[in-house]
Amino acid sequence: MMRVRLPLPALSAATRAAGALSRLAGAGGGTTLPGKLLWKLDPSAVARLAERLPQGSAALSATNGKTTAAAMTAEILGGRVRLAHNRSGANLVSGIASALLAADGAELGLFEVDEAALPQVASLVRPRVLCLGNLFRDQLDRYGELELIAERWRTLVRELPADATLVVNGDDPQLGNLVAERPDAVVFGIDDPRHARRGGTQHAADSTHCVRCGAPYLFHAAYVGHLGDYECTRCGHRRPPLTLSAAAIELDGLDGAAFDLRVPGAERRVLLRLPGLYNVYNALAAAALARALGASLDEIVLGLERFDAVFGRFERIEMDRRGLLMLLIKNPAGANEAVRTLVAGAAPTLAVVALNDAIADGKDVSWIWDVDFEPLLDGLERVVVTGNRAAELALRFKYAGFDPEAIEVVPSLERGLDRGLELTPEGGELVVLPTYTAMLALRRIVSKRGHVPPYWVRAA
Amino acid sequence: MKIVVGHLYPEYLNIYADRGNIAVLQRRAAWRGHELEVQAVSADDTLEPGAHDLLYIGGGQDREQALVAHDLKGKRNQLLAAADGGAAVLAVCGGYQLLGRFYRFANGEELPGVGLFPLHTIAGERRMIGDILLDTELVPGERRTIAGFENHAGRTYLDEGAEPFGRVVAGFGNDGASGAEGCRVGRAIGTYLHGPLLPRNPWLADWLLAHAVAHRTGGEAPILAPLTDDLERDAHAVSAQRARDRGGRF
Repeated sequence: MMRVRLPLPALSAATRAAGALSRLAGAGGGTTLPGKLLWKLDPSAVARLAERLPQGSAALSATNGKTTAAAMTAEILGGRVRLAHNRSGANLVSGIASALLAADGAELGLFEVDEAALPQVASLVRPRVLCLGNLFRDQLDRYGELELIAERWRTLVRELPADATLVVNGDDPQLGNLVAERPDAVVFGIDDPRHARRGGTQHAADSTHCVRCGAPYLFHAAYVGHLGDYECTRCGHRRPPLTLSAAAIELDGLDGAAFDLRVPGAERRVLLRLPGLYNVYNALAAAALARALGASLDEIVLGLERFDAVFGRFERIEMDRRGLLMLLIKNPAGANEAVRTLVAGAAPTLAVVALNDAIADGKDVSWIWDVDFEPLLDGLERVVVTGNRAAELALRFKYAGFDPEAIEVVPSLERGLDRGLELTPEGGELVVLPTYTAMLALRRIVSKRGHVPPYWVRAA
Repeated sequence: MKIVVGHLYPEYLNIYADRGNIAVLQRRAAWRGHELEVQAVSADDTLEPGAHDLLYIGGGQDREQALVAHDLKGKRNQLLAAADGGAAVLAVCGGYQLLGRFYRFANGEELPGVGLFPLHTIAGERRMIGDILLDTELVPGERRTIAGFENHAGRTYLDEGAEPFGRVVAGFGNDGASGAEGCRVGRAIGTYLHGPLLPRNPWLADWLLAHAVAHRTGGEAPILAPLTDDLERDAHAVSAQRARDRGGRF
C-alpha cells in the first residue's frame, strides 16, 4: 500500500467510520480496526495525534495485570482529566492509534502496552511517565525469551529522556535493577512478610537468579512468583528502597483485599474490591503511576476503592439461576494467582477449564504444565476441560494424579459451558478458568443469551 | 523396582514445562508398580556414574545455559561414563545443545558442550518456532510418530553418520533444512521438542523407562504392561494436526 501523509481530520473520519461499520456488521468490537487503518495509511499520524495531547502521555506495561492496572489508573484520573485510553485491552500500536482517534478533546494519553510493542509505542507517543509492572514468562512462542524483552526494556529505559519519570515494581529483580540507571525512579512493592509464600518462590519462577551475577537470590519474602524482597548473597544486588508500598495486607477470599498504602510522609488504608495479592500489585502500579501524573493521595484512594474488575479478568455473571465466576488464566504466574485466590475462598468442587491455542493465547500450550493447579485439584470432584486443546489439559490433570474418570473432555466451548452449568445446582456458582480467546468466546456465548453486554458497549 | 532419575540443573533449566516430562515418567512407572525417585543434580553436586538409571536435562534461556555450561564442564567425564554404562538419557532443547560438542554464538564465542552427541550448534538469526511432527524408528521396523513444539534459534548440525532422533514430517527440526531432528546415541535421546514431549508421546516415556529398568537390572529392556492411553492419543492427534496445518514455516 502506498503511504501518504494525510490531514488528521480526514484520516480520523474515514478510519472511525470503518470501526462503526465493523460493529454494525457484527464482526466484533471493531476496537482496533480504525487504528489499523490509520497505521497503514499514515504511520506518522499516530505520533502526530499523540503530540496534540496537552498533558502528554503515560505508558504502562507488564506481563500480568496491565489492563487492570491501567483501568485503575483511569478510575483515579478520570475525574480530573479527559483521557485517551485503550481500555478494551487492545495494546499494540493499532489499539493505541484507535484510542487516540476515538478520544476527541482528550488531554492525557493513558496506554497499556504489549511488552514487545513497548519500545515502538514509546517512540511514537513519547510518554512522560513510563510504568513497568512485572516480567513473567508468557507466550514464549511469540516473544522468544523473557530475556529478550528484558533487554529491550533496559535499552528503552537507558534512552528515556531525563525529564520523563520511570515507575517500576522494585519487587521484580529485572525491574528493580533498572533503578541503578535512574536513581530518581519511583519504586513500588509489597512490604508484608506475613503474606510471603511458604517455601519461597513458586515452581518454575522466573528471575530466581541474580540478574547481575547469576547466583541464586535469597528471598526474604516472595509474594507472587518471583516478586518479592530479594537479595543476592554473592554480589549484594537487592531490592531497591520502596517509594510507595503496601503493608498490613488483609485478603478477604474472593471478595477483596485491604492494605495500608504508604507514600513518603503519609499512609492510608485502601479497601480494594478485587481479590488477591496480584491485585494489590496492580493497585500499587496504578497508585504510583497516578501519583507521578499529579494525582493526590485522596484521589488515589477514592479511585482504587471505586474500581470494579475489568471484563473477563475476574467477573461474576448471573445466568439460568446459576452464577458464573470467570477468572482469566493466560500464563503460569497469573494462573497460579487465580488458583490461589479460588482456593482461599470456598474451594470449588467443580470447575470448567478452557484452553485455546490461538496466537493471543499462545500457540505453545506447554505453560499449563508450569501452573500449580494442584491446590485446586485437591478440592475438585469433577473437572470439565474445554477449548481446542482440551485434551492437553486432560493430560495435565491426569498426570497430576487426578482420576481420569472425573475428567470430562468437551472441546466445544459452548457445550463445555453447558455441561458445567448442568452439573451446577440451582443457586450455585460455576467456576470457569479460560484462556484469553476462550474467555472472549465464552463471553460472546453468554451475551448472545442476553446475560452480559458485549464488551465494546461496556467499554465505551 | 526402584528407578533413579537424575534431573540435571532443575532450578536453571526448566523453561518449557520440563516438570511435565518428569511427572509422566513418575506416574507411568508407578502404574507398573515401580518407584521412581528423582534426584536433583545441581551446580556443585557430584554426578556419580551408575547412580542414575535415567538422566534428564531440560531447556533454559541463553543466560541460564551459559551458567550451566560452565558447571557442566566439571561433570563431563562422569556424564559420559554414565551414558557409557547404559543409563538412559533424555535431553530437551537447551539441554540437547549442551550435550553436543559446542554451541557457537553469533559473535563467534563458543560454549563448550559435553560431547555425548556428535553434533554442534550455531546461533541463528530467526527463531524456529512452531508445532512439529516427527517420524521415528528407534526399534528397527517400528515406526512411531512424535508430536511436539519447537522454539530455538540455534541450528544444530549432526556429524557425518550420526543418527537423528527422527525425520521431520512437518516443522523445522535441527537446522530447518536437513529434515533431521534430534540425535540418538544408544539409549540417549536429544531433541528440540517440548510441549512437553512425553505426555502426548507416552510410548517414548515407556521406551525410556524400559531402558532405565534395563540399566538397573543389567538385563534386556522389559516390555512394560500396556496402559489406557486414550487421552494421550487425543492430545497427540491434535498436536500432530497442528503441525501439519501450520507448523514450522518461516
